[in-house]
Parts: sequence; C-alpha cells; structure tokens
Amino acid sequence: MKRVRLVNEEDGGGGNSGGSKKTLKRPFKERRDEDLEEESASWECLPQEIMLHIFQYLPLLDRAYASQQEVTHVRDQREIHSDYLEIAVCRGWNQAFHLPELWRCFEFELNQPASSYLKATHPDLIKQIIKRHSNHLQYVSFKVDSSRESAEAACDILSQLVNCSLKTLGLISTARPSFMEVPKSHFISALTVVFVNSKSLSSLKIDDTPVDDPSLKVLVANNSDTLKLLKMSSCPHVSPAGILCVADQCHGLRELALNYHLLSDELLIALSSEKHVHLEHLRIDVVSENPGQQFHTIKKSSWDAMVRHSPKFNLVMYFFLYEDEFGPFFRDEIPVTHLYFGRSVSKDVLGRVGLTCPRLVELVVCANGLRPLDEELIRIAQRCTQLSAIGLGECEVSCSAFVEFVRMCGDRLTQLSIMEEVLVPDHRYGLDDIHWEVSKHLGRVWFPDMMPTW
Amino acid sequence: MAVNSVHWFRKCLRLHDNPALQEAVNAAHTLRCVYILDPWFAGAANVGINRWRFLGEALEDLDNSLKKFNSRLFVIRGQPTDVFPRLFKEWKVTRLTFEYDPEPYGKERDGAIIKMAQEFGVETVVRNSHTLYNLDRIIEMNNNSPPLTFKRFQTIVSRLELPRRPLPVITQQQMEKCCTKISENHEQLYSIPSLEELGFRTERLPPAVWRGGESEALDRLNKHLDKKVWVANLEHSRINTCSLYASPTGLSPYLRFGCLSCRVLYYNLRELYMKLRKHSSPPPSLFGQLLWREFFYTAATNNPNFDRMEGNPICVQIPWDQNPEALAKWAEGRTGFPWIDAIMTQLRQEGWIHHLARHAVACFLTRGDLWISWESGMKVFEELLLDADWSVNAGSWMWLSCSAFFQQFFHCYCPVGFGRRTDPSGDYIRRYVPILKDYPNRYIYEPWNAPESVQKAANCVVGVDYPKPMINHAEGSRLNIERMKQVYQQLSHYRGLSQLASVPTIQEEAEPPMTDESQTSTSSSSSSSSSPPHPTVMDKYKPKRPTSLDLFPQLPPAGTQVCVCVCVSICYVHVCLCVCFRERERERELGCV
Repeated sequence: MKRVRLVNEEDGGGGNSGGSKKTLKRPFKERRDEDLEEESASWECLPQEIMLHIFQYLPLLDRAYASQQEVTHVRDQREIHSDYLEIAVCRGWNQAFHLPELWRCFEFELNQPASSYLKATHPDLIKQIIKRHSNHLQYVSFKVDSSRESAEAACDILSQLVNCSLKTLGLISTARPSFMEVPKSHFISALTVVFVNSKSLSSLKIDDTPVDDPSLKVLVANNSDTLKLLKMSSCPHVSPAGILCVADQCHGLRELALNYHLLSDELLIALSSEKHVHLEHLRIDVVSENPGQQFHTIKKSSWDAMVRHSPKFNLVMYFFLYEDEFGPFFRDEIPVTHLYFGRSVSKDVLGRVGLTCPRLVELVVCANGLRPLDEELIRIAQRCTQLSAIGLGECEVSCSAFVEFVRMCGDRLTQLSIMEEVLVPDHRYGLDDIHWEVSKHLGRVWFPDMMPTW
Repeated sequence: MAVNSVHWFRKCLRLHDNPALQEAVNAAHTLRCVYILDPWFAGAANVGINRWRFLGEALEDLDNSLKKFNSRLFVIRGQPTDVFPRLFKEWKVTRLTFEYDPEPYGKERDGAIIKMAQEFGVETVVRNSHTLYNLDRIIEMNNNSPPLTFKRFQTIVSRLELPRRPLPVITQQQMEKCCTKISENHEQLYSIPSLEELGFRTERLPPAVWRGGESEALDRLNKHLDKKVWVANLEHSRINTCSLYASPTGLSPYLRFGCLSCRVLYYNLRELYMKLRKHSSPPPSLFGQLLWREFFYTAATNNPNFDRMEGNPICVQIPWDQNPEALAKWAEGRTGFPWIDAIMTQLRQEGWIHHLARHAVACFLTRGDLWISWESGMKVFEELLLDADWSVNAGSWMWLSCSAFFQQFFHCYCPVGFGRRTDPSGDYIRRYVPILKDYPNRYIYEPWNAPESVQKAANCVVGVDYPKPMINHAEGSRLNIERMKQVYQQLSHYRGLSQLASVPTIQEEAEPPMTDESQTSTSSSSSSSSSPPHPTVMDKYKPKRPTSLDLFPQLPPAGTQVCVCVCVSICYVHVCLCVCFRERERERELGCV
C-alpha cells in the first residue's frame, strides 16, 4: 500500500486525477484508527475507473503488489508467481489487475541467465497473459538476448497469440541477432500467426530476423490498409521483389528501414505513386558482406520522383563499407538527410558528399585516412545549407579549417561532436583556444569530446 | 610518556612527500614502518605476477632506504584487523599514522582500524597524500555531488587553490630521534615475501620492463623533466609508433603505487612550464593525466558500486552479453585481429599499454565488437595493468564503454584502421605477435585478407597458425551501434533520427539552483518500482513524460514504459523534436540534484 501512496504523491498527470487524490488520501489519515477490515472495505469501494487510472501509472510489479496483501518475497518479475496472481485478497484490486486496459501494452523480456545480465519475464506471468489477456494485447514487443532459446521462446509466445489483434509488434535483439538462429520455418509460422490474426497492424519492427517474401505477402494481404511503419534492416531472406510487393499495396506506409540490396528504382517509384501517402522516413543500411563487393546504382530520376512526392522525407543512410567499395555512391545528387559512415571513408568520397547531398542534415564520420579533411568540410558547409549536426571520430581537421567550417554554419549547428584528437593545431589556433573561437561562432559554450588519457 | 609510532604504508610507498610519515616521526621515541599483506589472500586475489613483482620491488626499495636510516620495513603477514591488536600490544604503540584512502573499500577498512585503535588508546593520524586535492572539497563545491563531466571537474578544480606543496623527503636527523632497535630475527619475521611465497612460478619469467620503487620513480621523473622539448610537444602530442612502447620516462605505475607523489609531479611540471614559458600560467592540459586520475577518484569516493553495473547509480544499464569464450580470446590475445592481439600481449607481458591502445581494446571488447560487459574487461586490466587504480580502472572502463559520463557512442575504434593510422608499418605487431613478422605491411593488420600465396610465403596461414578474426567488425559494429542507440533512446525517450542527439548531454556548467518547483516535476515515467531514496544521476537521463511527443493518441498515457520502444519510430518533424529534446534536457537538469 505504501507504493500506492508514493505514486499518489507524485504528480498524477492528467487533470482528472485531482478527485482520485482526495479519495485516496482520506483512508490513509484514518488508517491508524480503523481496523483492517474496514480499511480494505474502503479500498474496495474505489471506483474501477479510478483504480484503472492509478494502475496505469504503476509498473507491472507494483500492480501485482497492489493487488495482493502480503507479498513479501516478490522482488522482481521473475518471482511473480501465478499463485499470487490468483489470490483474491481484495477482489476489487485483483479485478483491477486484470483490467483489459492494463494489458494493451506489454514487453516480453526473454533472457537466459547464462547469457544475459537482464531479468526475464516470469514464465507464469507469460502463461497468465496468454490465457487471460492475449485478446487485450495491442502494443507488444519482445526483447531477447543473444541466445537462441530466448528467440525460440519469443516465437512460441507469438504462435500462441491466436486471438489477438496487434497494432504494433517489435522483435528486438538486445545483444546478438538471435532470431537469425531460429529455424526459419518456426519463425515464419509464428510471425504469420500474428499477421493473419491482426487485421490492423500498423507498426512492425523485425530487424535482423529471417522474415521472407511469402510471409510479407501474408502481412500485406491482411494489414495493407493499416501498415505505417516497417523496419526490417538486415533481413537476408527478403528479396527486392518481396519489399516491392509491400510498397505496391501498403499505401499508408510512412516509414521504412531496409538494406541497400533491397533498394531499387521500382521500389522508389512505387513509394512515390499517387496513391501512396507521403513517406516520412526511409532508412537504408549499406553493408558489405565481403570485401570488394559491387553495388548497384539508383537512378537520379527515381530519387527525384521520391522528393517530388514526399518533399519532406528523411533519407537516413548508414554505410559500413570498405573504402574501395564506395565507387557507385555519391556520383549523382541524392536526397540523403542523415549520413553515417561507420567505417573508414576516403577524402574523395567526402568531397563528393559535399557536391551531391544538398539536403544533408546530419553527418557522422567515424574514421578517415591520415590526410586532413579541410577542403571537404568547407565544401560541405558551403553546399549543405541544412546541415545542423556533425560528428567526427578518427579523422583529422586543421583547427583553422574547423573554425572556418563552424563560422560558415554558425548557430544552425545544434550538435557538434568532435573528438579532441581530430583537431590538428596550426599556426592560427591551438587546442586551448579553439573552444573559445568555436563557442563564439556557435553562440554557446562548446568543447571537443575527450577520452581519458589513461 | 614514550611516543611509539607505527607508520602503515599502503598506497604511498615512498619517503618523499609523505605527510603521514612526517607525523609519525614528529616527537616520537620509536618508529616502525609496516606493510601488511596476506599471502594467502594474495594468491587468491585477482592480481597478476607483474603487479606483485612491482609491489615487491617497491617494498624492497623502501626497505633499502630505511636501512640507510638504521631502520627497516616490517612486512606483516595477515589481515589488518588481526594484525594491529597484536602489534599495538607487542610494540606498546601510542600513535598510528597512514595516508587517507579515498576509495570506498579503503574508507571502510580504515574506519574499522581507527575505531580499534581508539579502543587500544592509540592515537591515529591520517593525512591526505594520494590525491592532489581534497576530494570531499571538490564534491562539496559541486553541490555535494561528484562532477560527472571532465569539463565540469576542470572548472571546479580551477576555482580551488593550488594543491598543497609537496613535503621534503624524511631526513636522517628526523629518523635518528626515533631510532628503533631492529631484532636479530627481523629477516625471518618481517621479510618481503618472494613471488614464490605468493604462489607464482618464476622460472622463465622475463625481466621486468617496469622496475618498481621510489628510487626508480625519482630517476624517471628527472629524465621526464629533462626532456625539455617534451613540454613544448605536450600541447599537441599526437600518438605515433614510439608512443606505443613502454617509455623509460613513463610514470603511471609509480603514481599508482605511490612511489611518486602526484604533487611532486604536479609542481615539477608547473615549474618547468613556467620556466620555459616565461612565467605564463600553465594550461590545464599540462596536467591531463593527473587530473583524469583525480576525476575518477572523485567520482568513485562515495560510490561502493563504482566497479559494477548493477546498483551503480552513475552507470547506464546495458544488456551486455555473457560469453566466456569470447572474453578469453580477447584476454589472451587470440581475437584474430593483430592490432588487438598485440596490445593484449604487451599488456600481459609488460603490464602497461598506451592509453589509445587501452581505448582500442576496451572498445573492441564492449560497445565496438564483442558486446561484453566492461566489468569483465576491468577485471582483466586489474590483473595485468600496473597502473590500475580501482577508481581509475573502473571509471575508464565505464567511460570507454559509454556506460557513464555522457559519452557519444557513434565513434567505434576500428580494430584494423586505428592501428594502421598509428603505426602504418606494423612493427608494433611484429614485436608482440611475432608469428606475423613476415607479413607485408599491406596485410599485417588484416592477414585474413592476404592471398593464400602471401600467407604461405609469410609462414603463417590464417586459420592454422594464427586465428581467423573472431568477428566481422563491420557487421558487429553495425549491430552494436543499433544496440547502443536502443539503450540511449529508451533513456532519453528521444525518438528522432539523429544519432548524435540520442545521447543526453548535461550542461553541468549552467548549474541552476534547486527550486521546489523543479522538484515536483521530476516524477512521472520512472520505470523502477523501488526508486532509490535519493535522486541518482540516472535522473539526468530521465525525461519528463513526453507531452508534445505523444504521437499515438490511442496509447495509454506514458508511464507504461513498454509502449515507448515499439511505437517509437514514427517521428514527424525531426527538427521540432530536437528542440523538444533540448528543452526536456534543461528541465531534467532542473529536476535533478
């Protein structure tokens, strides 16, 4: 009961919480004088709407606490035992625990003690949810650790959600992509259970999973009117034709994440068809599987069609390539807004970025060769007039060029994350005075990022 | 009444700048210097042979210096709580002196000893000498919490008066006054334990690269300062091949064992700079390493869980993997990445590696490639690294794994490219991974990419004579960046696309005073059911309930934290989010102590 009071003391949130506060406070003041029975009676009298309101602010564990009397041993979710859930100490509260509204959102955490430091959702609680609440679930995510068992457990739960209608589903690997280790057929059959039963799925996050073309067809057949978000980076079993089928039929799709090998001119044309809503985000991961891989190109006309159809869309590109694989990229203008170079990228390519990315908003360069990036940065400042965030890791820039870059961009640079080692002192600025100079142009105090010299 | 002093050596193994030792000799009739060590515990402790050897040499050096004063070092076997009652009685001790130990474990132990001494009627004198500043004073000046960014720390330190001047070395004259008879069987009773006694095998043990002891430390200090060019270079010292090797002027292990006083180093640097630069006042970067050490000591001094993720209020909870095999490969230098393996080999053989090499291997183990907890890496360093202070070691690992101190996580050191930038010819690798010595420069950082003919010609076939790379770095770092983003997005409830904006930064500089208003607004979406009684630094990451960000009206109110991560990603106006985010940041700051 103490926990309830705690929540009550905190800001209850919405405007209608005022009433509930009063109702709750009174029993506490009188607590010492009244005997237990009376007290529990007064608690039971709480209208269910108020109880619901309170419970919505409680984490699961506290809800379980509140719906029982003496649960001294429960310390984490793992220990919430189904027996406890069944004890109707206070019927009203117990009923409240099972109010459908409280089970719309659920995050299953599936971890093995041997491979993860995280706690897991207790199996009995999972059973309870499947038994009593699967038809209430709407916003569901599964967080799994790097073990195959956890991913399989997630698939098992999914395949039991036969009478649920999900709005959002996220399969999230918190460490290594363990869904990839589940037999493909097992994974697909579990996923299609959800696709078939949920007729109004709007968000689907299935990065790093063995989803394939036929299962996407099932998704489209059942949820094409509602699907708004699809994240499927690094799903090797999907083909360009598979994703094209999604784009052709899900006209409400607003956000899409996939790997470069799925990106095609046809896909972009489909996404910019008249029937299609404006796309808001497109995230592309460009990953090389083996060194020296050849990448296809996308026509400028296809990108142009995209920009015409969705003038404000964000194009986020992550590059994890070897330096010699950048050949086909940044030859023509590309409407990229967020650019992330996860590996070393050459001076030449960064030079091309300045010429071909007029919509660039954020640029992150993790590494570059040994030659300073002076002219490249200045060109980017000149040409990329939207640029507001930049991060530089293992690169070199002379202090003068950097100051010039900041001066040109001015206070539109809201994020400026530069490792200290990046800045090479020159005749004009040393490391000790550069932060003044940069702060001056930014209009706020700025320092380079540092690493401990230890 | 006779004053019988015992000086207890622990972290400051030196006779120069040792204020507690000065207190011990002050008007004393007898003085005994003790070092307490439990050989049984020593064998079980997670400390490698190089560190024991260094400690042994440091103790020997102390003993030799004391011999010149007709005194000796008494090495007592046992635990302090068992040892002292015996010594108090046996030597009729009236005064016990030691330096202040700012680390939580040490504080607890010293508290018990002080109490025990009181019961025996022994006066205890504790003096601060292991750190430059009084750490409690720094914390007090930062509104009673340790500064969590280095910049903030520097700001506070710049407002403090200069550190106390170092004291001179103890003199013959001082020691004569409290000369104590050394018994015949001193060697038998109080000798410094050999490595064998501590349970190490010493045949085939190569000579030490770093020789322990105060004398060596002071020699090195002079050489260090002799390099006049060094100070000039310091301001833009860039790493090159030479910096990777153990330097005859390196000092960090000597600071760790207190063979060198940090204040002596501080004042020597300062004076040298002022001499060279015509009395201009030195920039803080001159004292870089000393201040980092101080920074981590300050962060740790009141946090007994500083060396772990669980229960550590400043550490971000990251779902690291547990993978003993991968950890062993890393620790033993069998990753298949020559740059990483060379560094780990150097660490194991010599006990020291350059700080950028530390960054490289720490990043590789944690957020860069293997996704293994920083705690495991910290323990390996604790065993092998000569200069691993508890606070500095744990703090650096948290820093390098982006677990604390508000780090950007976008930048992962590449296990191929980073080494190549530092040492293009690969000589460092040839020295520590000699099996690769015949590889051409082009492939020495990535031997698996060498054509078979080249591998054969170099007498080292990858997969046979040298391991294949244990992970695909491009793939691993791609995944890990996503994982990091997940963690930080959940902390910040930031839903935008910006990689750079998803790490909350705190502007500690601003430092607004606490008001009641801000206190009332800190509640809301906390997920922990057992909120700690005091607001923790994690609150700095905790946003207010997102109001303007509630893009899904059909959702139950936030607070049911689970919704956040699935429904996240449809963000409508990116720029607007950035603004909101920053505002929330400010509010958050107001809301935390």
